[in-house]
Amino acid sequence: MNTATYQPGEHPELPPPVSERGALGWVRAHLLSSPFNIGLTLLSLWFLWWIVPPAIDWFFIDAAYTGADRNACRATAPDGACWAFVGERLQLFTYGFYPAEERWRVNLSFVLLCVALVPVLFDHVPYRKAGLIYAAAFPFIAGWLLIGGFGLTPVPTDKFGGFMLTLVIGVTGIAFSLPIGILLALGRMSKLPIIHVFSVSFIEFIRGVPLITLLFVASTMLNYFLPPGSTFDLLLRVLIMVTLFASGYMAEVIRGGLQAIPSGQSEAADALGLKYWQAMRLIVLPQALRISIPGIVNTFIGLYKDTTLVIIIGLLDPLGIGRASVADTKWAGLSTELYVFVAVFFFVSCFAMSRYSLYLERKLETGHKR
Amino acid sequence: MVTDAAQRHVVSRLWNDKETRSVIVQIITLVCILLLFGYMVRNAVVNLEAIGKGFSFSFLFQPSNYDINQTFIEYTSRSSHIRATVIGIMNTLAVAVCGIVLATVLGFVLGVMRLSKNWLTAKISYCYIEYVRNVPVLVHILMVHGLLVRVLPTPRNALVVGDGVFLSNRGAQVPKPLYEPLFWVVIAVFIVGVIFAWWFRRYARQLQDRTGRALPVFWVSLASVIGAPLVVYFLLGSPITWEVPVLKGFNFAGGYVLRPEFLALWLALSLYTAAFIGEIVRAGILAVDYGQTEASAALGLSRGRTLNLVVIPQALRVIVPPLTSQYLNLTKNSSLAIAIGYMDIVATIGGISLNQTGREMECMIIVLMLYLILSLLISAFMNWYNKRIKLVER
Amino acid sequence: MKVAKIAALAATLSLAGAGAGHATTLEDVQSRGELNCIINTGLIGFAAPDAAGRWDGFDVAHCRAVAAAVLGDPDKVKFVNATGKTRFTLLNSGEGDVLFRNTTETMSRDADLKLSFLPVTYYDGAGFIIRKDKGVTSARDLSGASICIQTGTTTELNLADFARANNIDYEPVPIETNEEARTNYLADRCDTYITDASGLAASRATFDNPSDHIILPELISKEPLGGAVRHGDDQWFDITKWVVNALILGEELGITQANVESMAARAGKNGDINRMLGTEGDFGAMIGLDKKWAVRAIKAGGNYGEIFDRYLGPSTDIGLERGLNALYTDGGIMYAAPVR
Repeated sequence: MNTATYQPGEHPELPPPVSERGALGWVRAHLLSSPFNIGLTLLSLWFLWWIVPPAIDWFFIDAAYTGADRNACRATAPDGACWAFVGERLQLFTYGFYPAEERWRVNLSFVLLCVALVPVLFDHVPYRKAGLIYAAAFPFIAGWLLIGGFGLTPVPTDKFGGFMLTLVIGVTGIAFSLPIGILLALGRMSKLPIIHVFSVSFIEFIRGVPLITLLFVASTMLNYFLPPGSTFDLLLRVLIMVTLFASGYMAEVIRGGLQAIPSGQSEAADALGLKYWQAMRLIVLPQALRISIPGIVNTFIGLYKDTTLVIIIGLLDPLGIGRASVADTKWAGLSTELYVFVAVFFFVSCFAMSRYSLYLERKLETGHKR
Repeated sequence: MVTDAAQRHVVSRLWNDKETRSVIVQIITLVCILLLFGYMVRNAVVNLEAIGKGFSFSFLFQPSNYDINQTFIEYTSRSSHIRATVIGIMNTLAVAVCGIVLATVLGFVLGVMRLSKNWLTAKISYCYIEYVRNVPVLVHILMVHGLLVRVLPTPRNALVVGDGVFLSNRGAQVPKPLYEPLFWVVIAVFIVGVIFAWWFRRYARQLQDRTGRALPVFWVSLASVIGAPLVVYFLLGSPITWEVPVLKGFNFAGGYVLRPEFLALWLALSLYTAAFIGEIVRAGILAVDYGQTEASAALGLSRGRTLNLVVIPQALRVIVPPLTSQYLNLTKNSSLAIAIGYMDIVATIGGISLNQTGREMECMIIVLMLYLILSLLISAFMNWYNKRIKLVER
Repeated sequence: MKVAKIAALAATLSLAGAGAGHATTLEDVQSRGELNCIINTGLIGFAAPDAAGRWDGFDVAHCRAVAAAVLGDPDKVKFVNATGKTRFTLLNSGEGDVLFRNTTETMSRDADLKLSFLPVTYYDGAGFIIRKDKGVTSARDLSGASICIQTGTTTELNLADFARANNIDYEPVPIETNEEARTNYLADRCDTYITDASGLAASRATFDNPSDHIILPELISKEPLGGAVRHGDDQWFDITKWVVNALILGEELGITQANVESMAARAGKNGDINRMLGTEGDFGAMIGLDKKWAVRAIKAGGNYGEIFDRYLGPSTDIGLERGLNALYTDGGIMYAAPVR
């Protein structure tokens, strides 16, 4: 036992007691601090034990990774997942019915998309301005690459499917809904009564009805509103509807951003003699958009998940491809594998996006902290 | 020359004047919108004429010729399309209301779990919320439905959950109450109880304002609303008989039945929306400064009253607006019922009726209108509620 | 003032555009270089994609035959997938030129939905499939049962009628596609699944133990399945109608995928064959096509019998007998009008 005496203020710093530090202390503080807490811990452990091991068994350990058809899977792995199904149909899941010899165009578009995203997502990249111009042009470049024409073999849009279709709808929806959403938000904030009323009723209509009914309108009714004898592509109609749908939500996100800008900003712009559009373009919108970015990303995640609804009107996104595939005698009845596979795909991509949105929120927050 | 220049001058003056310019811009917008609208309507008329279809809602009064498996009111295949639509509306409302209730409860639990001091509990809640939020709701609905019809036993081996409640892959069968005449007395007592509770609450508040004396409002209300009717109920000798479902042939007969499609949609929508509500609740609770709790402790308020009078009212102010949009989302997402065959608005008038009669235009207009009305009603209610709990500013 | 002028101009322009833009379906198809054919979203034997994403099946073969007759290439088809619900809308809105999606011909569809039905390609009736161990032998014993049914089909209406007539109280379980029905039925969500008997056989072929399930003897309705086109273009109706007839006649006259070209090389003794294959007269011109239209149609996938055997017949998983669908010479009721 240490019996040394110290002058006041000279006692050496001692480590905290064993029970309060290290792994033991952590466990005590976070899991066992009170009887109620102990109960919660036990309940949680029971829940995990109930759900995790069987899931892992089904997913990995008991699963069949190869096999020619469902019966082969069943033979090697009676109680597990049959991933051979996903393996065999992976091409179909990725590209849909896009012609095999033209698939490089899909891959190229994807690479170009990644390049286009860099200047949009991150602040400090070289040549950001040029990058942004390229990003704005990207939807048109990709459209040309995917549909063809002007030197490329045309590919009809009914060949689009799988994850590629998800990305096409998602990216188009977000790229075109942003400008429309900005206009609608400005219209809603506008003092001109007709424009205000029009914007409000449009936004409220879009936000008041489910996307699926709009898609039904696109698939059953829209052609009646076109000049007689003309039709246009189902995918195009869906893209238009999805864009309008997303722009209603986008408008509200951007309106939130606009309202957060103190009116002193636009008054100052007025005082400087700037016209309405100049004031918006140079002063108000850059600030408003900056704060709305997390909201925009969240709208995008929502839109991206909503692309699955297109299966209800007969477009073949991954879920649709999968459901057509499990109608095949070879793989009949493997819908659980299908749903899990699609869920994992969406989880990975949406989770990444929501992480990015969080990162942005944090960045913006520190910017405003005093 | 001169007139020309003068004219140009007038035009440019008109354009440079803010007032007139705004009028011109608006007129142009209006004309463009009307033109576009008129053009589309004209096309529709020409197109419908070309294939010889009219535009009329008279088909609504014809027999629908199809059966529906979950109906709250009398319906047979002889009933009209309009009745089928009403059934669809009721089914949509049923799943939306049940979903909103369950999602709110689960959401609050998740939100509180997420803030729990217990690391494991908080992490489980976190993982759940992240998983659910990042997977499309349609996938959830299909998965839950698949799970329900496969995991639940057949009617013959139905799970017995309490007295007369059976759970099988044909749905949940619950006993149906048959009211005897005396039951109306119980109802009357209940209504009187509610009125008394309301009056007592007002009286207690006035008394407290005047004298500072607090009355046990909660307990008195509970006794008058629940207790008194219960006592009367048993005094009258339980004037309800229950029609218990019995297994007959393929299925259960008698009692109420909640179809697995309803259960799947209800569960999936609730579980999905609960994840979003959980995050909203967490944000709402975090938004109340901890100083508030400390201050009320310093004032000597008990823990329960701190929560009731200080934390929750302030948190609700942050929670309610986003909660409204979650309720709206849930209601709109219920339209995905069509993927699993639950007979809601989209599946009845927008589905089978549309298809069997070939009246796309009329049916879709009805569907869109119904959803708009539904959304407006929910927002109106939540706005009213929001106004009520808003901070009163001078 | 100016605005009103522009408005008037726009209105006139749109009117002019509307007046000019009406070509016949044949012209549309030829200028597009592709036939838009509406098919099922996936029904084994009738229309299903293989691993390479190529659609195949009984209905698909008819699409290809029409494409071959009109465009000269059985692969110049764009398949438009339709659920029971969307098929007529797709056809009426002009997204498809022809519908081959195991569709029942009925009076209201013909007259009210404005469709023209092609000759029947499959005589069918709605039947029930049920597990053997349920111990049911007749559709009249189905009281209280849960019945899976595809929405938007005539079967739905027929079942409601049948139940009312026989005082059967049942729970309809509405589903959108055949795959959903299969899943629900196998999970025992419904006791029985009702659809066209051909579809039942096709579904049963995919079950783990097909012999555990029986198809009840009653067919509760007449379901003559055939293709359809829009009202209002008689030439296009004639083309599609006679392609279907040619396939049936092909079987009757012994013209097969293998021998059609040699038979069409020069006129033979049989006038029926000569007229159809264009070695005598010019019947193709009457429907706006060339002389070899029927040769190409049969070359695409064989005659009716060959198509039936390849996708539905006893040698396939589905294993349907010809039954009513045999030629009238073999005891069936397949009887095509002659080319003359």
